[in-house]
Amino acid sequence: MKKICLTVIGIYCMMLSAFSQSVDNDTAGYKNKKLTLDEVNLVSGYYNQNGDHSAVTGGIGTQKLNDVANIFDLQFAKWDHADNKYTLGIELGVDHHTAASQAFVSKSGASKAGGTRVYPSVNWQVEKSNGLTLGIGAALSEEYNYHSKSVNFEIGKTSKNKNTEINFKGQAFFDQVKLIEPSELIPNVTVTSGTTYTTASGNVITSGGEGHHRPNIPSSGRNTFSGALTLSQVVNKDFQLAFIAEGVAQNGYLSLPFHRVYFQGQDSAKIEHLPDTRFKLPLGVRLNYFLGDKIILRTYYRFYMDSWGITAHTASLEVPYKVSPFFSISPFYRYYTQTAAYYFAPYKEHQLTDTYYSSNYNYSNFNAQYFGINIKLTPKNGVFNIPAFNTLEIRYGHYLQTTGLQADNIGINLKFK
Amino acid sequence: MKKISFLIAAILSIAVSSCSTVKPYQKNKINDSEMSLNGRKVEKLESNFQSYREGASGANGGKVGGGCGCN
Repeated sequence: MKKICLTVIGIYCMMLSAFSQSVDNDTAGYKNKKLTLDEVNLVSGYYNQNGDHSAVTGGIGTQKLNDVANIFDLQFAKWDHADNKYTLGIELGVDHHTAASQAFVSKSGASKAGGTRVYPSVNWQVEKSNGLTLGIGAALSEEYNYHSKSVNFEIGKTSKNKNTEINFKGQAFFDQVKLIEPSELIPNVTVTSGTTYTTASGNVITSGGEGHHRPNIPSSGRNTFSGALTLSQVVNKDFQLAFIAEGVAQNGYLSLPFHRVYFQGQDSAKIEHLPDTRFKLPLGVRLNYFLGDKIILRTYYRFYMDSWGITAHTASLEVPYKVSPFFSISPFYRYYTQTAAYYFAPYKEHQLTDTYYSSNYNYSNFNAQYFGINIKLTPKNGVFNIPAFNTLEIRYGHYLQTTGLQADNIGINLKFK
Repeated sequence: MKKISFLIAAILSIAVSSCSTVKPYQKNKINDSEMSLNGRKVEKLESNFQSYREGASGANGGKVGGGCGCN
């Protein structure tokens, strides 16, 4: 009897110990099945420049310009039962600029000297558990003299060990350039709907408006198509790289209608006239290396060539120093050099016999340097002890061109998770 | 152009051929945010002004000429 009681008590104690483990409420690795807000970014920036080669006034004159930009970016994510990840990205950007040269679209300097651009976009992406990525997106960009609609798609594949990734992204832009011409060059014609006329710059335009003296400013189309192939590779535990090849084809009205060009021996200007096609080929490589335990080398090189004769090289080096796991300081330096486009010449150096002509110094032969510092805070308990405030990043840079253009840019990113 | 293409192909070949399989638990440095192969969010605005002020663009996740009155 005693043996039976002891045996029963013993079995009872064993059963109690089997269920004595507490339920583990660890939610690490929990994946939302409903689309929920995953990340919010607010990026703001202030840009200020000055120079002496405004294209509005024919390659001379002030290039003083200020721009304030804000981008609000929301990322939603969810997973399904097969562990496929779905991401919805919604972005809204608003820029406002003030440009001294813009006032001289009117010969008297009475034109509006500023403008605002609004650019929303939406992107949907699926990352399947087998490593396949698919995505589509659409975007708009609206400002007084430029309207853009674009679509994009992407397809990518990651290797089983996640050390190699190949990705292709295609984009198409369907833009309308409003033909706001310098005041002294606006054709003085009577316009009715469907009228085709030739402007002072030699462009043939069909007007959509009615009435006289162009009450509705006509627009002309510009299309851009691009395809970018990216190959990313983890080389070893300290080193990874990416190689990017992008092809771009543009057609339509590729000039800017408010850019003047002055010719040898002439006091009157014409409107910039550039070819209606352009092909671009940028090739880039990024190499990131973790040197020791605190220093990272972020490098980038790009070779560029296009059908307008521009060849360019870009090289940059950024060296993040991890003061702590939550605080890094990154000085950076970027060098850029380009050759001039076939169609560029400075003020009063074009010949009247030239078919294509521009005095926009963006197409001239020059070198540029850009250097500054980036500071990033990612405290464990959140920035200012606000748990959702994940990251604060501030970046300042100074830009110098051999054309005399100088600029300062400061940006800030607030990330919430 | 031929020299540049050869140099890029050589870098790529050397890098890929010297790859070692890196296991997930060995990727603590690779997964550091400063090692990301994408540009920083805060760099987006500076790549915009560079595409406006320079003749070259693209191969960096930024503008390629559409969507703005830029190059």
